[in-house]
Amino acid sequence: MTATETEPEVPAPTPTGNDALRADDIVIAFGGLIAVNGVTFNVPEGGIVSLIGPNGAGKTTFFNVLTGLYRPTSGNVYLGGREVTGKAPHRIAKMGLARTFQNIRLFNLMTAEENVMVAMHSHLRSGIASTVFSMPWQRREEHRAHDASRDLLEFVGIGKVRNEYARNLSYGDQRRLEVARALALQPKVLLLDEPTAGMNPQESAQFVDFVHRVRDEKQVSVLLIEHDMSVVMRVSERITVLDRGERIAEGGPDDIRANERVVEAYLGKTGTREGRRDK
Amino acid sequence: MTATSPPVNRRRLGSLAWPLGFTLAVILIFIFYRYWLPDSVDQVQKFVADWFPPAVINQCVIWVIMAIGLNVVVGYAGLLDLGYVAFWAIGTYVGAWLMSGWFFQVHWHIGGPPTLNKAPGIHISFWLVVIFAGAFCALWGVLIGAPTLRLRSDYLAIVTLGFGEIIPQVFANGDSEHLGFALTNGQQSIVPIDGIGTGVFSQLKGVNPQLGVFDLPYRFLVFCLVAAFCVFVSLRLRRGRLGRAWLAIREDELAASMMGVSLVRAKLSSYAVGAFFGGMGGVCYAVAVGGASPNFSFNNSITILMMVVLGGMGNVWGVIIGALIVSWVNLAGLSQFGDWYNNQFNTNIDFPSYNFLIFGIILVLMMLFRREGLLPESRTRLIMREPARTELETLGADIEAAEEEDEVILEEETEDELVGTETTGRSDGGNA
Repeated sequence: MTATETEPEVPAPTPTGNDALRADDIVIAFGGLIAVNGVTFNVPEGGIVSLIGPNGAGKTTFFNVLTGLYRPTSGNVYLGGREVTGKAPHRIAKMGLARTFQNIRLFNLMTAEENVMVAMHSHLRSGIASTVFSMPWQRREEHRAHDASRDLLEFVGIGKVRNEYARNLSYGDQRRLEVARALALQPKVLLLDEPTAGMNPQESAQFVDFVHRVRDEKQVSVLLIEHDMSVVMRVSERITVLDRGERIAEGGPDDIRANERVVEAYLGKTGTREGRRDK
Repeated sequence: MTATSPPVNRRRLGSLAWPLGFTLAVILIFIFYRYWLPDSVDQVQKFVADWFPPAVINQCVIWVIMAIGLNVVVGYAGLLDLGYVAFWAIGTYVGAWLMSGWFFQVHWHIGGPPTLNKAPGIHISFWLVVIFAGAFCALWGVLIGAPTLRLRSDYLAIVTLGFGEIIPQVFANGDSEHLGFALTNGQQSIVPIDGIGTGVFSQLKGVNPQLGVFDLPYRFLVFCLVAAFCVFVSLRLRRGRLGRAWLAIREDELAASMMGVSLVRAKLSSYAVGAFFGGMGGVCYAVAVGGASPNFSFNNSITILMMVVLGGMGNVWGVIIGALIVSWVNLAGLSQFGDWYNNQFNTNIDFPSYNFLIFGIILVLMMLFRREGLLPESRTRLIMREPARTELETLGADIEAAEEEDEVILEEETEDELVGTETTGRSDGGNA
């Protein structure tokens, strides 16, 4: 499957003025290994977009380019129209790109509330002197941050446990806390890296509604990496499929479900391709 | 608002216990040495002079200041700094330069002792010098930190170790023979150092306008005041925006940066604050020993680090206790115990020379039985004693269901639950 084969089938998304996040022709090579090969991709403002693909397709690598952990070998990333390629992760985060982690990375020995408040760091102003002298405006700022974090925890449904250490929360609550923490950055785009991993079907179903609620009430665009197809198909407005570092398909859930190459590359993992190999 | 007030008040009250205890202890110790001891019977005087001489107590307070400073770097931000002595040395020499006749070429006097009005050299009030030395060290902290704090854990430790070696060497070789002009007195000390001006307090009976070498109880108060300042700043910062960022970095550097925390800036500020305290402590040290000599070594850094670890990383009060214990044992306790032991059993063992052996054994025992330190932060205690909940759940045990059952049966006996988790953790450790 070469690039020349791919391109006519999947036209690059037309650049519009209101892309919340846009990646142009991203190439990432680790030495001789090309992990992501010329992927162009966008998240429209207010959209819910999923990125799927079999293991090793380059999804997480691509994610890491967006958040600034890797600098792409070539290509550019734009966040709300501003270029963020190669900027430090904390700068990109401050500019409005928040993420959760595939394997939860909370600050375990901090309370739920403190976790959320850490993410407000870049939006708070107080420095050493104002904190030491506890200036009135520093106190007001802290107060506001406390209230905001409380609201966020209520919003994700774990207001009751705000004074618990993150490590003591149940798995589901930790996932929610990660979302609350990401939202505290007041992001334009929320990146969710396999958010339903480890959830049971019922929790996953609730999660779909939750993502919609986050999008609607917090005015964010959402980009998901997800393995659970039932979640992907129900939550996404658009799905992009990566395979071996290349974008092989893009479209609405129904298009993707019907797309032969996707079935072959991804869903075929359990059936078609294995069968072919056996022949 | 009204609903949240009561717990906040309770927390305030609880958090006041330690500061009040600290203040009370300082006042009692001061009264003991200043008023009670001189009038007491000879045996008591002898005992105190042997085991708790006032000069040693003062030096212990200086070690406390150092430990509080290192705690900001190691305990709060989780950066391993093996060269903290560098800031101690810089602070001491800044104190010596600005409070003595060393730079005899100039006559700079700002609030210095009036008796030295005509004397050559730089004579600036102790109170200004303490602040200035702190700021100067903070600046050096930033200069040293800017290139090194980009490194991660082990590499950072090695580089700080290097700076901790370099800076005392600079002072040791800063004489005219090596430098062309006399920045320091080489291996000799810069002496004497001015006293501490008492300003309006000199109106009080018994207080000298300049606290000299013999005003030990009053100097004790001054050093404790500096220590209290460091404690205050530590606690305030810890609760604020910066303190949260430090803790987040200690927990998970990568996640912190993804949450918008600038790692370099947050680390630099912790380094600068730690250095500030080190500089203040350094000036106090120069005044306490009455001179500045370049006898700083890696041992000092390690000893301070040990105080922090022993006392309980991240908890200021624990660190203070750790510092008091270690410094007292080092300065008086061990040699006195040695004398007593040698007299008692007619032996001739040089106990003080075994101090690092003894501390080594204590550290090993601590790591085996009380890893979190004598008085740890409540959150650190958690991680040392119990495995994380998700960790347990991945073991396959259905903890959540079990807990719910427990809650029904035991209602309020949460203690039992705690013990239960702890034993699970232990057996897990045993299996691994």
